[in-house]
Amino acid sequence: MIPAIEAKQVYKHYGPVSALVGIDLEIEQGEFFALLGPNGAGKTTLINVLAGLTLASNGVAKIMGHDVVRNYREARRVVGVVPQELVFDPFFSVRETLSIQSGYYGLRNNDAWIDEVLYHLGLRDKENANMRTLSGGMKRRVLVAQALVHKPPVIILDEPTAGVDVELRRSLWSFIKRLNGDGHTIVLTTHYLDEAEELCSRIAMLKKGEIVALDSTKNLINNVSGYLIRLRLSSEALPSDLQPLLESYAEGCFILRVNNYSKIEDVLAAFRIEQIRVLEMELMQPDLEDVFVKITGNTKDMESV
Amino acid sequence: MNGFYTLFHKELLRFWKVGLQSIFAPMIATLIYLFIFSHVLEERAQAYPGVTYPVFLIPGLLMMAMLQNSFANSSSSLIQSKISGSIVFVLLSPLSYMEVFVAYVLASIVRGLLVGAGIYLVILIFFDMPLQSLSWVFIFALIGNGFLGVLGVIAAIWAEKFDQLAAFQNFVILPLTFLSGVFYTIHSLPPFWENISRFNPFFYVIDGFRYGFFGISDVSPYFSLMIVGIGFLAVSWVTLRMLKIGYKLRQ
Ligand SMILES: Nc1ncnc2c1ncn2[C@@H]1O[C@H](COP(=O)(O)OP(=O)(O)OP(=O)(O)O)[C@@H](O)[C@H]1O
Ligand SMILES: [Mg+2]
Repeated sequence: MIPAIEAKQVYKHYGPVSALVGIDLEIEQGEFFALLGPNGAGKTTLINVLAGLTLASNGVAKIMGHDVVRNYREARRVVGVVPQELVFDPFFSVRETLSIQSGYYGLRNNDAWIDEVLYHLGLRDKENANMRTLSGGMKRRVLVAQALVHKPPVIILDEPTAGVDVELRRSLWSFIKRLNGDGHTIVLTTHYLDEAEELCSRIAMLKKGEIVALDSTKNLINNVSGYLIRLRLSSEALPSDLQPLLESYAEGCFILRVNNYSKIEDVLAAFRIEQIRVLEMELMQPDLEDVFVKITGNTKDMESV
Repeated sequence: MNGFYTLFHKELLRFWKVGLQSIFAPMIATLIYLFIFSHVLEERAQAYPGVTYPVFLIPGLLMMAMLQNSFANSSSSLIQSKISGSIVFVLLSPLSYMEVFVAYVLASIVRGLLVGAGIYLVILIFFDMPLQSLSWVFIFALIGNGFLGVLGVIAAIWAEKFDQLAAFQNFVILPLTFLSGVFYTIHSLPPFWENISRFNPFFYVIDGFRYGFFGISDVSPYFSLMIVGIGFLAVSWVTLRMLKIGYKLRQ
């Protein structure tokens, strides 16, 4: 089967800045795929190259087998992109915006599908409102709707849930899941890692324009060895035996990494010898966040969003 | 074809929604010009035999208003969507660069012609305007508006900010229009300026347009049409290249 998305040795330079450094990526049809990475990692740049919004400095990108440069018309027909920036045309209402967008794809009588999309995105009562008068989250919903007007087999969403309330997030994802169930390939970026973990079967992590991890969500999480224990202690200092296990220290809590449960006994024994009392203890299952922190070595960027 | 039609239609809707501003404002401005000039300059010698100076002015002012509007239409639409970012919807669509080009230029032509027709109708009320050849008038209106519509596309692609677009308008478009014989026949100029004017494509647009009304012009209308035609093809070629390689739009 032709891959939904194919990138071969894609580079993108902005003057001295290299936003993409030799990206190789293949996404199969029907996948639910996440592109993750800290701010400035190159996620949007990669999406722009795939969408034809940015020309790569080097390399080849294909959507459903269509080269995004040489067969740009075919490639653009089969992909729908939700851009990260909140953009809109202030001259038109929601419905006009969607009819115009349909028209660009040569779809004249698209009202039934537009109605359905409006319904699932909770935009029915806003359809005649001018774009200018919508709130930020509403504008984001319209962006999603615009990407879907032509029922593209490949749907790319660049942070579709940024600034969107919980309710819409839920309904948006259930709609997207349904589309995925119908065979649409979904690629998304998000800074909410729990979202990616719950939805996506495969993940690529980018850092400084390179793919630093590419695997199924399950494998990525299983490969983070061990568990994390968060401890609040009666002592300010950690016994020296335990120093090698220390992962981080914040707000009076030590976070230790242990490989297996039996190691927990050793930790507690060390406290007993030093007569340190445990005031609080929490065992944390590894999740995508651990993987992310470990691989990109980056916590700040993630939290800032 | 359908996608192209949508973009064209959207561009028309855009200026229609601000109709008053985009069509009536230039009509009023031109009429004010005309009444002031004709009042002040009534006594002046006839530019052509049998053509009073105010009447001589009309085709030039008419063309000037059209050119300014066709330029304004494509350039302001493009720069606005570039700066607001909503141009992505066109860039994401499967429209070919040729379709995008034609849609913007055609919308510019329509706007220019509407403004021109509006002014012309009002002028007919106040002045006794000869009309020798409607075809020449129409041909030069069409190609003049097309030419400026294309220049508007180039300027808006090139400009990154509104003031850069304004600079293009002030340092390129405005001097070319004013030094094109709107207010005089170039034969009345000193030889040096007469020769300079001959390198200005806008001169041929206005001269040919005037021929349509009076049957008299500084150079042959066929020659003017050839020059303007070549100019139009040249700027169109440049614009299509820019769009094809995604100059500033996809980089
Ligand atoms: N038009 C541009 N000109 C210059 N540099 C750019 C341009 N667009 C992106 N960059 C740079 O390319 C790098 C990658 O940016 P990109 O927007 O792809 O990151 P991202 O992973 O999407 O980040 P975020 O999570 O913040 O959206 C950054 O260093 C950015 O500064
Ligand atoms: Mg981004």
